Amino acid sequence: MSVVCDSADEAVAGVADGSTVLVGGFGMAGMPVHLIDALIRQGATDLTVVSNNAGNADTGLAALLAAGRVRKILCSFPRQADSWVFDGLYRSGRIELEVVPQGNLAERMRAAGAGIGAFYCPTGVGTMLAEGKETREIGGRTYVLEYPIAGDVALIGAHVADRRGNLVYRKTGRNFGPVMATAATTTIAEVRHVVEVGDLDPEAVVTPGIYVDRVVRVPA
Amino acid sequence: MTVADANLDEHTDRGPLGRDELAGVVARDIRPGWYVNLGIGQPTLVANHLAPDSGVTLHTENGMLGMGPLASGDAVDLDLLNAGKEPVTELPGAAYFHHADSFAMMRGGHLDLCVLGAFQVSATGDLANWHTGDPDAVPAVGGAMDLAVGARQVFVMMSLFTKAGTAKLVPSCSYPLTALRCVDRVYTDVATFEITARAVVVRETWGLSYDELCTRVEVPLVRGYP
Repeated sequence: MSVVCDSADEAVAGVADGSTVLVGGFGMAGMPVHLIDALIRQGATDLTVVSNNAGNADTGLAALLAAGRVRKILCSFPRQADSWVFDGLYRSGRIELEVVPQGNLAERMRAAGAGIGAFYCPTGVGTMLAEGKETREIGGRTYVLEYPIAGDVALIGAHVADRRGNLVYRKTGRNFGPVMATAATTTIAEVRHVVEVGDLDPEAVVTPGIYVDRVVRVPA
Repeated sequence: MTVADANLDEHTDRGPLGRDELAGVVARDIRPGWYVNLGIGQPTLVANHLAPDSGVTLHTENGMLGMGPLASGDAVDLDLLNAGKEPVTELPGAAYFHHADSFAMMRGGHLDLCVLGAFQVSATGDLANWHTGDPDAVPAVGGAMDLAVGARQVFVMMSLFTKAGTAKLVPSCSYPLTALRCVDRVYTDVATFEITARAVVVRETWGLSYDELCTRVEVPLVRGYP
C-alpha cells in the first residue's frame, strides 16, 4: 500500500543507520534530489549507497557523502569531472568503493527484486573486476557468477504517480528507477505530479504501485 | 599518390586522418538499419557522419533507442540525456526503457555494433579501455565491459600511437582488460585493421605505407584480406 507523503522529510522518516540505500538517477535525469536532501536532514549514517555515479559538484549525493554519512558506495562510474567530494574521500581512505559494470549493477538489482539467487553473466570475464569470483563455462562461453544487490531503501525520481503508487517516468529519467523500485524493502519516489486513482492509463504504467511504499510531490 | 590494390588502400600522399575524418571512415562501414551504440568521447563524432536516411538507430545505454543530435537552446531537456550526460534530442520512432532492459538488449546480442575508444587493443582482440592501472587513479568502468561483451561487433576508434610514439595495437595488453577477444576492427588515424581469428589484417593506411606501418607496430600484420 502506497502512502502519499506531505513532505520529503516525512517520506524519508525512519531510514535506519547502516542501511543500504539505492539512489536512482543518471545525470540529473531521474535524480531524487529532494529525497537526498531530506535524508541529509534526517541524519541516517553509516550508509551503503548504490548509485550509478558517486555524486556531482556539492549537492545531492555529493552533499550526503560530504556530510560523512556514507561508509561504502557501489557504482559503475565514480570518476567525473565534478566528483571532487568522492575523490577526496576515496583518496583519504574515508569511503569504501565497489566498482560494478553498469549492466551488472542494474541486473544485480533486478535479480534482487525478482527473487533470483545469483546469475551467470559474461560481463567482466578475464578482467580484474571478476577476480576471485566463481566462473562457469556454459555452451562454450565463460560466465561470472554475480549476486543480487538488495536495498533497505530505494530513493527514486519519477514523473507522475497516482495515489496507489503506480509510476510513470519521463524520457531517460526512467534509468534505474524501475529496477531499484523492485529491489528495496522500502521504495520512496519523488514525483512532479500526483494524480487520482484511475487517471493513469494502466497500459502506460511502468512501475506498478506494488513496488512503491511512499510518494512525495516535489516542485517540477 | 594513392596505391590501391585489391586488398589494401595505402594513402601515402597525405598525412594521418584528423579526428573528424576518422569518424567519417568509421561511419562509412556502418550498414543501413543497424542498431549502434557510440561510446563516450571520440566515438560520438561518428553520429555526425551518418546520413539521416541511413536507417541507423542509435542506442544510449541510459535507456533510449532513436537518439538524435545534441540539444541546444529551447530543445534542452534535462530528462533527455545521452550516456555522457549531455542533453540530446529524440527522433521519431524513439523508445525509452530502464537500465536493466538497456543492458539486456546489449548483452543479449541485439545491438549490431558498438564503437569504443581504447588505451590498447591486442592482436587477438582483447580490449583495455577503462583503467590505466595507475594505483592512484579512481577506477571507473561505466558500461564499457557490458558493451564490449554484448554488442555483436566492436569497433575501436583511437590514435595508433601514444604521445611517446608507442603503438597501442599490442601483442598483449599491459593495461587492465575490459574484455577478452571482443574487438573486430580497429580504426586509427594512420591505419584500419581487421582482427580475424587468424591474423591482424591491414585494410587502409594514411600518411604511411604498409611497410612503414609494419616497422612501427610489434604485432605481425597481414596485407589486405587473407
